[in-house]
Amino acid sequence: MKIIELKETVTASNDRDAAVLRGELKEKGTLLINLMASPGAGKTTLLERTIRDLKDRHRIAVMEADVDSDVDAVRIEKIGAKAVQAHTDGMCHMDAGMTRRALEALGDEPFDLVVLENVGNLICPAEFDTGAGKCVMLLSVPEGDDKPLKYPLMFSVSDVLIITKTDVAPYFDFDFDACVARAKRLNPNIEIFAVSSKTGEGFEAWENWLNQAVKDWKNEPGKTIKEN
Amino acid sequence: MHEMGIILHLAKSLEETAEKEKIKKITRVTLEVGEVSGIMTDYFTDCWDYFKKRHPVLDTAALEIETIPAVTYCSSCEKTYPTVQYGRTCPHCGSGETWLIQGNECIIKEIEVED
Ligand SMILES: Nc1nc2c(ncn2[C@@H]2O[C@H](COP(=O)(O)OP(=O)(O)OP(=O)(O)O)[C@@H](O)[C@H]2O)c(=O)[nH]1
Ligand SMILES: [Mg+2]
Ligand SMILES: [Zn+2]
Repeated sequence: MKIIELKETVTASNDRDAAVLRGELKEKGTLLINLMASPGAGKTTLLERTIRDLKDRHRIAVMEADVDSDVDAVRIEKIGAKAVQAHTDGMCHMDAGMTRRALEALGDEPFDLVVLENVGNLICPAEFDTGAGKCVMLLSVPEGDDKPLKYPLMFSVSDVLIITKTDVAPYFDFDFDACVARAKRLNPNIEIFAVSSKTGEGFEAWENWLNQAVKDWKNEPGKTIKEN
Repeated sequence: MHEMGIILHLAKSLEETAEKEKIKKITRVTLEVGEVSGIMTDYFTDCWDYFKKRHPVLDTAALEIETIPAVTYCSSCEKTYPTVQYGRTCPHCGSGETWLIQGNECIIKEIEVED
């Protein structure tokens, strides 16, 4: 008998698959965004408005990790972007292998931007690298400003935090400054936007960031291994 | 089904290691699992016993779990304390501005293999 010390995370094989996928997407010039949030935070509504605003500028597609239904995919197709249902094999998250299969389901058409609407959950999706170039998380005002304290990993792995449903802020005691400070303490580089998908407030800044990210993904030399 | 998902990845990671290192049989797998990783160890072991049979390299491997205690840091008084006992409120100063610094991990520590 022989003991081999490994000291690697249980998801090491997924991390490797994700790095390969990210490299392939970089080569194609397709920015994949992993969009994560709690159920009902407003992921699909944010996408509807964003696609409506940007569909003439970028070729956009969406992959909906809905467990059983295609309602979100149908909503996206109505706006005029291609959408597929991504199958999670009954899991609480998408991993790199499932993401690859969902991308294959989109077909050979080239896209500048593909958004994966991950399973609604602030815990599990954060642990699995999907191969996305950027991770974007949503936190809606009714959920409360204490979420960075309760779900630190999600805030640590995200490149962008979008605080949504700002139009209902008058009815809740959401403390924006406290939330931003908590998120920045976990992740000093996180970009933060506050938007309302109902009124369009704050969309300009978010969409500017997105336009720049799509451009940078095509132009900047490949750095596809995630460090964290 | 969080445990099942993790077991699938664990089995795949181990198979890849076995292939790379030319290992025929893994007889024991030792994991370090954080106290608040959300993994239910009993259920996890059941999943393991079920899944390992599908992988010839793993089918006799025992799963051993070492627990890593959860520790929280308080940014108000800069002290640490055991998470499971006190939760998110600092027992030293009562602050709620606290962060988990250890106890969320799930790491393959080592494997025992046949020569
Ligand atoms: N007031 C307000 N309501 C919003 C906003 N964004 C989304 N909603 C509402 O919130 C509800 C959920 O929105 P969805 O976009 O379906 O949320 P989701 O995160 O995609 O939900 P799941 O995919 O089911 O997890 C809907 O009733 C939306 O109309 C917003 O900015 N302001
Ligand atoms: Mg949705
Ligand atoms: Zn304290």
